[in-house]
Amino acid sequence: MSAREVILQKARRALADVPDVEPVLDVPVVRPAQQDTLPHEQVVELFAERVADYRAVVERTTAAAAAQRVAGALAGRTPQAGSGPLRILVPPGFPAALVPGDVEVVPDGPDVAVSELDRCDGVLSTAAVGIAETGTIVLDHGEGQGRRAATLVPDLHVCVVRGDQVVPDVPAAVAVLDPRCPLTWISGPSATSDIELDRVEGVHGPRTLHVLIVER
Amino acid sequence: MSGTFLGTPAFPTAARAALEDSQLRRNLAHATGTIRGKRAGVVGEVDEWEQLRLAGAAIKDRVLRHLPDYLEQLERSLTAAGATVHWARDAAEANAIVVGLAKAHGTDEVVKVKSMATQEIDLNSALENAGIHAWETDLAELIVQLGDDLPSHILVPAIHRNRAEIREIFLREMGSAGRAAPADLTDDPRRLAAAAREHLREKFLRARVAVSGANFAVAETGTLTVVESEGNGRMCLTLPEVLISVVGIEKVLPTFADLDVMLQLLPRSSTGERMNPYTSTWTGVTPGDGPQEVHVVLLDNGRTDVLADRTGRQALRCIRCSACLNVCPVYERTGGHAYGSVYPGPIGAILTPQLRGVGTDPQTDSLPYASSLCGACFEVCPVRIDIPEVLVHLRSEVVDAHREHRRVPSVQDMAMKAASWTLSSAARTGAAERAAGLGGRLAAKLGRPAPGGRTVLGAVPGPASAWSDSRDVPVPAEESFRAWWERTGRDEA
Ligand code: SF4
Repeated sequence: MSAREVILQKARRALADVPDVEPVLDVPVVRPAQQDTLPHEQVVELFAERVADYRAVVERTTAAAAAQRVAGALAGRTPQAGSGPLRILVPPGFPAALVPGDVEVVPDGPDVAVSELDRCDGVLSTAAVGIAETGTIVLDHGEGQGRRAATLVPDLHVCVVRGDQVVPDVPAAVAVLDPRCPLTWISGPSATSDIELDRVEGVHGPRTLHVLIVER
Repeated sequence: MSGTFLGTPAFPTAARAALEDSQLRRNLAHATGTIRGKRAGVVGEVDEWEQLRLAGAAIKDRVLRHLPDYLEQLERSLTAAGATVHWARDAAEANAIVVGLAKAHGTDEVVKVKSMATQEIDLNSALENAGIHAWETDLAELIVQLGDDLPSHILVPAIHRNRAEIREIFLREMGSAGRAAPADLTDDPRRLAAAAREHLREKFLRARVAVSGANFAVAETGTLTVVESEGNGRMCLTLPEVLISVVGIEKVLPTFADLDVMLQLLPRSSTGERMNPYTSTWTGVTPGDGPQEVHVVLLDNGRTDVLADRTGRQALRCIRCSACLNVCPVYERTGGHAYGSVYPGPIGAILTPQLRGVGTDPQTDSLPYASSLCGACFEVCPVRIDIPEVLVHLRSEVVDAHREHRRVPSVQDMAMKAASWTLSSAARTGAAERAAGLGGRLAAKLGRPAPGGRTVLGAVPGPASAWSDSRDVPVPAEESFRAWWERTGRDEA
């Protein structure tokens, strides 16, 4: 008998006490009732507060001022290469109008080698959802978000979230996300507390997360 | 230390060694106290926490009661999404599958995300024996691995090490495992983390095969989830060409929507954060993004035995948050190593004997006694595992197992010693002192005389209500803990 059959058979025998009913019917799952949701303006405000709690940089801005803010997020960074412009990874579908003119753009794509990602000074991306209660941005790696590695390897991640993408809580986010896409939930920059519980930002992921919340 | 838990002395002896290590105790007290405080804060923010716990427990119960159906569904979903599913009855089978896959890709190294399941099966040794280096990439696991040491906590495995020790380990060992630590390395945590970043980045960028576990596996969609902080998980899950995930069969969730309950319960209970920095989910293979070959090894290794025990079954709900460790007065004093298992603390005290079976190994049999039954673990458990109930149940199993082997007195003596010892140590902390005292008085009231003059417990109300009348379990000694300690504390070593 294969391992598969043995395990399934052992599990069936182990559950001799469980009556043969529809699987989903016998243990009721009662979820917490949906809270009264805050007005949208307050949801976005809470999102900004909670993202900042993780020592990420958060700014609220308008569509008109967004490009300037992106440029501001990159200003003052020193290029890895030493001289020359910053090398910035830009995923396909990221709004071109938001990409500053004084950087070297590296377009993301399946053919970009990991070592190439490692030579980038930062990455720009959009997001799929923002979660107010937990201060989380979720990427589903669609338009403007790049492959999973794109927002992981460079040391700076500038993420542009539209105000209308912010939902109140985790259940609201799970309800709109597509499980067939790979998902990356990001709550603040990479962090560790493994050395005497001292929080240190950035072990492997970007050490700086800069979130721009853009509204009309 | 050899890096394996085999041969760890029985809990009371191992624990006494730990108690004499004042540094370890200070580190642990600081860690558990800090995390406990943070957890209480973020749990307090959630109005419906109790409802959420009930939902978490119900979801896991639903899965466990119909595990074969959900496993078959998971297998179908995974396969449809382009993953390859393997089944492993035990550690040897699981290790052989992983080693075989690594060899088939002609690699002599794999990068690993911290995973209890792969620790449980001691995958690293199996890989090393096959000439394949297994690189742990979680900072704490890296510290443990480079120090040829054992993890002491589920969440912060290197909590027994100080920054100065970590600096020394890095300077001494990193060079022989890859990129050396910079010669001017200080013991500033920031500098230490940066050294780990450089050391591991080299490995991430060149590794072709990665091994992970999974916090959750969704039957409906075939979605696997890894919850982490540092980004080493994301590195392993996305950069290599081949990803192998070893997943305990109890990790299944029915639907994708169930993740919302679990992703609210886990981070708050675990690190005391509203959300952990990174959660990754993946469903089979995504063309053009991440590993193009994805394997899932579904691991039994004793879990179907746990499933067969109606009282003990609830231990399989565990989502490995470690909240029960952080509130346990016994764990706080002894640390993780004394439990002789990858699963320390209250959850280890019930899971390990169930996975391994009782009645053959004194170390394993002593674990159900490594508790004061104060109940704090149940209070914090996000999936409402009634650990005290299972502990009591297992004590009776231990006694029964030995009764069958006609070795009643010696084992009961052993059990008595372990129990009294535990209470004696717990009594040295304030909260536990009250709890243990109450337990002792309660036991004295409820106990009845048994043949041979011992007092045994009969039916017990409350959390221990599953306790059967036919199973007599010795109660902790009534003499004062200090007196007991003075009298017997030294003759066990
Ligand atoms: S038993 Fe409960 S509290 Fe302990 S680690 Fe498991 S889920 Fe967390």
